Amino acid sequence: MDLFGVLSLALNELISPMTVGYILCGIGLAVHFGFTGLLNFGQAAFAALGAYGFAIAILDFGWDLWGAVLFGLVCAMGFAALLGLPTLRLRADYLAIVTIAAAQALRFTVGSSTMEPITGGSAGLSQFGESFYALNPFPEGDYNIGIVTLTNLEVWMRVVAWGVVAVAALFVFALTRSPWGRVLKGIREDEDAVRALGKNVFSYKLQALVIGGSIAAFGGMIFVMSSQTNQPTNWGTNFTFITWTILLLGGAATILGPIVGGMVFFALLTLIESGLEIMVNAGVLPFLQIEQVAQIRFLLVGLILMLLVIFRPQGFFGNKKEMQFNG
Amino acid sequence: MDNDISIGQAGPGCKKVDPILIADNVTRQFGGLTAVDVQHVEIPRGKITALIGPNGAGKTTFFNLLTGFDKPNTGSWTYEGRNLAGVPSYRVARLGMIRTFQLTKALSLLTVLDNMRLGAQGQAGESFFKAFIRPLWSGNERRITKKADELLQRFKLDEKREDYAAALSGGQRKLLEMARALMSDPKLVMLDEPMAGVNPALTQSLLDHIKDLKKNGTTVLFVEHDMHMVRHISDWVIVMAEGKIVAEGPPAQVMKDQAVIDAYLGAHADTDLGTVAINKIELGK
Repeated sequence: MDLFGVLSLALNELISPMTVGYILCGIGLAVHFGFTGLLNFGQAAFAALGAYGFAIAILDFGWDLWGAVLFGLVCAMGFAALLGLPTLRLRADYLAIVTIAAAQALRFTVGSSTMEPITGGSAGLSQFGESFYALNPFPEGDYNIGIVTLTNLEVWMRVVAWGVVAVAALFVFALTRSPWGRVLKGIREDEDAVRALGKNVFSYKLQALVIGGSIAAFGGMIFVMSSQTNQPTNWGTNFTFITWTILLLGGAATILGPIVGGMVFFALLTLIESGLEIMVNAGVLPFLQIEQVAQIRFLLVGLILMLLVIFRPQGFFGNKKEMQFNG
Repeated sequence: MDNDISIGQAGPGCKKVDPILIADNVTRQFGGLTAVDVQHVEIPRGKITALIGPNGAGKTTFFNLLTGFDKPNTGSWTYEGRNLAGVPSYRVARLGMIRTFQLTKALSLLTVLDNMRLGAQGQAGESFFKAFIRPLWSGNERRITKKADELLQRFKLDEKREDYAAALSGGQRKLLEMARALMSDPKLVMLDEPMAGVNPALTQSLLDHIKDLKKNGTTVLFVEHDMHMVRHISDWVIVMAEGKIVAEGPPAQVMKDQAVIDAYLGAHADTDLGTVAINKIELGK
């Protein structure tokens, strides 16, 4: 593979629906953690519920596109309420424990053979995107965007995906600039103080959990839509931790943060992988086998992230001034 | 009658002419330890009442119970004739009974101005659905900001308005917390050790602010260790020891009370009360 090929791969990754899926989950997590201080370690579950809800509504219920989107959304919201009602009155760490456990439980449940008639078990669900792709307005053919070539359906998918990102970003932006968002930030700093000022802290935390979870549900739907396959293995803990990584990379209490963080993370991952492959093939790295590259890239990304957190802990867009008070 | 606040003789649990807060049989146990065991107490309206007592007397726990931050094992209390037992803390605050904390709770990564704005009640934009429609709350915001600026000026924090609360000194944070509590025009302000860890110059200004509150008709209940300050500004003193109210009365009278000297001061009975408290503060630093 030549340099041109590497760059076009990375560029493709920059705007791919998978990247967008993570970005939306990152925006949701920004609402949870960055603005409200909620430690949600189960963001994968919210995305999974969006994806499964959508696919089940299409395949099992035979609903139309909008009904299915709404059902995915309602599933994630219900899950947020289910987790939030008992844990949000407790200390912050309880939510972290419950979310990570619930996300794992959910993944094993949808993957179990008992659930196979509904969720497809370990094989998951596929071919649920017909009604979505039927709306494609782009005429058939290949489209050249810079050095990336896409089919009309791929273009449609990306246009919708980034449209959703834009709407989600504006939505969160409007919220965080409002007095409602100010209460959330107050809760992040000290919830007892906010309670003493007459705000119903529990209600605000629940609202934040539901809103961030809903955004993640959209992320889940977009994540599975391009390949039209939804499998339990998509939603492991690594999904949640990559989401955390892109959020912290960009800046926790920012909206542009998870967007740029997600793009940079996946472009970097692809660049490192392709770059290593080229070097291994050229015999520059005799100690590496070509099969090991896929693993090694995560090591290198981890290293880069460590350096970033050490030298720029606020992320790309975070406020340097804020970090000075945390040291 | 030896004063114009109580009905009849002043003493533990005595009736007041015009009480704003009445507590009955409030107890709180932590395991085997009874932290609070208050049979009856009334807080006089429009006055400055000091709640004093040695460390571990249950003053802060009593504060937490009254404001809904902790739940008592038994007891009931009324504020403005309204039963408050079991009412969650945020509702207590909305009723006009605002507290501050012993360990100052400034919202560090909010600006001083946003801290103040958060103290206001009735901002429609704090509701999720209205938050999207700016015209529904921009008028409120202007009114709140104006009020915040006035209070910041009064508390000499106006130059810090755009700074993060984290950038304030300890004393300034105490001032900010008090100013923030006033944003909602509370009827009863409960200050938990407002003077702890504050330098003498700032202490004077805090005392003046507390006196201003009374002038504006607000009732003040505060916890304090330093007897000089208590004597200086309070109209009424309530003494707690081991969870119980052991003495009550006008400051001059309470300080002569043998029960106070025994229960509160113990070994330090013959030293100057103010010095003991100041030493304690300095040791704490």
